[in-house]
Amino acid sequence: MRYIIVFFILYLHWILWSGKFDAFHLSLGIISCALVTFMSHDLFIERKKLSPKIIVEAIRFIKYVPWLLYQIILSNIHVAALVLSPRMPIEPKIIRYKTKLKTDIALVTFANSITLTPGTITADIVDGEYVVHALSRKVADDLMTGEMEDKVAQIFEEE
Amino acid sequence: MSVLAVIFILTGVFFFTTATIGLLRFPDFYTRMHAAGKGDTLGAFLTLAGLALYNLHHGFSVDAILMSIKILLIAVFIFIANPTATHAITKAALNCSVKPWENKETSK
Amino acid sequence: MESFFIYISMFLCLLVILALYRGIAGPTVLDRIISISAIGTKTTVILALMGFIYNRGDMFLDIALAYAFLNFIATLAAAKFFRSRKSIIPGSNCPINKGGE
Repeated sequence: MRYIIVFFILYLHWILWSGKFDAFHLSLGIISCALVTFMSHDLFIERKKLSPKIIVEAIRFIKYVPWLLYQIILSNIHVAALVLSPRMPIEPKIIRYKTKLKTDIALVTFANSITLTPGTITADIVDGEYVVHALSRKVADDLMTGEMEDKVAQIFEEE
Repeated sequence: MSVLAVIFILTGVFFFTTATIGLLRFPDFYTRMHAAGKGDTLGAFLTLAGLALYNLHHGFSVDAILMSIKILLIAVFIFIANPTATHAITKAALNCSVKPWENKETSK
Repeated sequence: MESFFIYISMFLCLLVILALYRGIAGPTVLDRIISISAIGTKTTVILALMGFIYNRGDMFLDIALAYAFLNFIATLAAAKFFRSRKSIIPGSNCPINKGGE
């Protein structure tokens, strides 16, 4: 099952980026995609058994993206205002944020979301605690409300 | 449609500009990371999205759609790759215990 | 519309030069790395714009994608390399942190 999924993803990319539809390029693509699939299929999809849950998760994730984009634009306007203001009222500090997420993919998604949104950068995860560098007090308080964590938890860890 | 594309591109360039000014103005490494990591990501995404929109203004032929999908794939890749690179560098700095700058006026 | 793209590209080149100042002057090595990473992101966008200026989008987009990949891998490799150096710790007579206060 994993072989088939990885092969089709790779082949789709092959067709998209080659842009040629004659027999030579298509068959070359089949050979090279099969080779890569055979060698590295366990890198692409790690979990052993695939359940229909992955489709539900994908749909929930797509619903999460517009909200994330909106937050990213807000955060960029915030940072731009900080950059352009003459006195630069920033108070950088390092905060620790205890998380309740368990699975790897949820942790990664949340870490990338933190990095992209209001003035915060994830540096490390130590024993279920995020080490976050925050640019100003306002954004640190925003993160501590935990709204984004609830959304990520809803995507990946709800049955 | 090309008006929308121009708006997208100009907004993207604005975010690029603030990212660069932040890179020059901020006092220490971590705060520069904020400016460079975020402003560049959104700037690149908006500019490439504007280009993908502009590409479609001649009409929806197969070639044009394929090219727009390619541009969007580059944008998505930058969107995933840039925060990851940001984590990596920040983690390197923390591991080496580079001290973060503090605001002398507000912290007691 | 082509001249609009040319002006945008020239403006981005100006930003690249500004960012290069941080790459040359930046006190620590990590500053230089983020400066180069930011320049790489801008270069990807400039390459995509050049595809539109010369009407060779198919070719320049492939180059832009390759450049984005290389930029990402180079940044990761540099970060990994300097993470494993113990000499980066301040006070341990490390050239990286000279003048980093």
